[in-house]
Amino acid sequence: MEYIKAFVVGGIICLIGQVILDNTKFTPAHLLLTFLLSGVILGALGLYQPIVDFAGAGASIPISGFGNSLAKGAIKGANEKGIIGAFTGGIEATGAGVAAIILFGYIMAVIFNPKTKD
Amino acid sequence: MDKFNKKDYKKYSDKKVPNPPYLKNMIMAFLVGGIFCTLGQIITNILKSNGLDNEMAAAGTSISMVLIGALLTGLGLYDKIGKVGGAGAAVPITGFANSIVAPAMEYKREGFIFGVAAKMFTVAGPVLVYGIGGSVIVGLITLLLR
Amino acid sequence: MIELALKKIGAQTRKMENPPSILSYYSIVGPKEGEGPLKDYFDLILEDDLWGQESWEKAESKIQEECVRYAIDKGGLSSENIDYLIAGDLINQITPSSYSARQLSIPYYGIFGACSTMTQSLSLGAMLIDGGFADYIACAVSSHFSTAERQFRFPLEYGNQRKMSAQWTVTGAGTTILSSTGNGPYVKYITTGKIIDPGITDSANMGSAMAPSAIDTLVNHFQDTGLDPSYYDLILSGDLGYVGKDILMDLMKKKGYDLSKNYTDCGVEIFDKFEQDTHAGGSGCACSAVVYNGYVFKEMAKGKYNRVLLMSTGALHSTMSTQQGESIPGIAHAVSIENTKE
Repeated sequence: MEYIKAFVVGGIICLIGQVILDNTKFTPAHLLLTFLLSGVILGALGLYQPIVDFAGAGASIPISGFGNSLAKGAIKGANEKGIIGAFTGGIEATGAGVAAIILFGYIMAVIFNPKTKD
Repeated sequence: MDKFNKKDYKKYSDKKVPNPPYLKNMIMAFLVGGIFCTLGQIITNILKSNGLDNEMAAAGTSISMVLIGALLTGLGLYDKIGKVGGAGAAVPITGFANSIVAPAMEYKREGFIFGVAAKMFTVAGPVLVYGIGGSVIVGLITLLLR
Repeated sequence: MIELALKKIGAQTRKMENPPSILSYYSIVGPKEGEGPLKDYFDLILEDDLWGQESWEKAESKIQEECVRYAIDKGGLSSENIDYLIAGDLINQITPSSYSARQLSIPYYGIFGACSTMTQSLSLGAMLIDGGFADYIACAVSSHFSTAERQFRFPLEYGNQRKMSAQWTVTGAGTTILSSTGNGPYVKYITTGKIIDPGITDSANMGSAMAPSAIDTLVNHFQDTGLDPSYYDLILSGDLGYVGKDILMDLMKKKGYDLSKNYTDCGVEIFDKFEQDTHAGGSGCACSAVVYNGYVFKEMAKGKYNRVLLMSTGALHSTMSTQQGESIPGIAHAVSIENTKE
């Protein structure tokens, strides 16, 4: 059941993204940024977490989920450690993903060569 | 040549561009995005059943999905997935990984310092800057509102 | 005001007094072009787009260099006979052309006209020969999908979905050897383009950006020469693509010029619209170059076409200019070629 929720909610979020892509001049890069900021803002307002509670990975896997984690982490950090926590909170919450991307990005560049498109 | 109105020309030329296959694109974005999210859910459940708590399972899922996106990019498969899936490939965290791994691989030819390491963030840089910067602002606002 | 230039026939057109001859020509293309509708016309189809080189830029340079060598060879000449090499491409500082010229050791003028470079090179070459400054000139251009993609758009493994107006950069090179003597076909008129900027800011929609400058060049050509489109067996634009071709035909008709019988675009002809999924068609310096040097000149030799008007079209923006909010300026250069001198 939770797989169905993840599939449908995740699919809908991506569908919204596709509608934006097809009807505006946005590139995928713009889309990433838009969804990220939406996640940060909705997360800060406490509006994104209910979606995560309902749909699990369907809301956390899209990049808006990353934004939500950033906002939640910053709020938690601010509440627990004051000003310093406001700075560290977001990065602490998302550190795993960022560190993984940097390391794996480098490793893939070492191992693989880019090939052209057909 | 008589001067023409740029705004009129823009409207005129926009009409000459064919529309994308809206329905097909939306369906594929839904399917591809849904599949990536379901995959993430499967990984989360596996990690939880191995004893990880919610927070650790979430972190572990992030790392796993990033690895999957990175590997698919390295193998030359992610650009094919993106062509078909559109936003369904761009929006999940695997797409974020692709946006970093693709330039890392691409600029290898310019060396590992000024190529790979420097240009890795040409596409995803804004995500990190606005995301992390935004989180600090959110944290500071939280303090102000207390 | 004293005007001594006798070969001027109007603001933008020049008539060759002793029309230079096209001595020989050669075309090399990548695998995708080699599967397209014109595949039987290209002289060499590569199996992959690296051709044994370490990078796509080095591959593009090799493709251009070999194309020039083959064209010179086909003309029964050696590179010492060539007075000038006039070459260009899309890459920053036109390094593929310069590194190719480094290997060829021919006196070299590197030029940049984006995708209009082929006819720009033919125009300059024709004028140098007709002006008595050279006997043999090599006009060469190249482009490469991967070098253009990584410079102007995205890294190759990036999973982007292309817009419907986007065009596919052709991988390949084309070379024409012009000579002061020969049996034709002959370069009769050249019409040099002015930059026209219609205010398009979307670099995924170059056809719309370039069409107005193509219209301007064509109109000036017909007005300066007094000719009608029907004079030519074939009128070819470089890479306006499906979108730009449509705009050109429509707006030329409104100006009283009917292009429906004998006009098409190299970007439209080089790829199959349904099989090859290139959206708005081909683009790049090589798009027009390989169609002229592969298809057009061969068909002229067979007598299928006796009078053609070739017009490569270019978009003169950079990655930085569009990010700074500048729009995309277009330019088009036309060269008329006929099987007989008169």
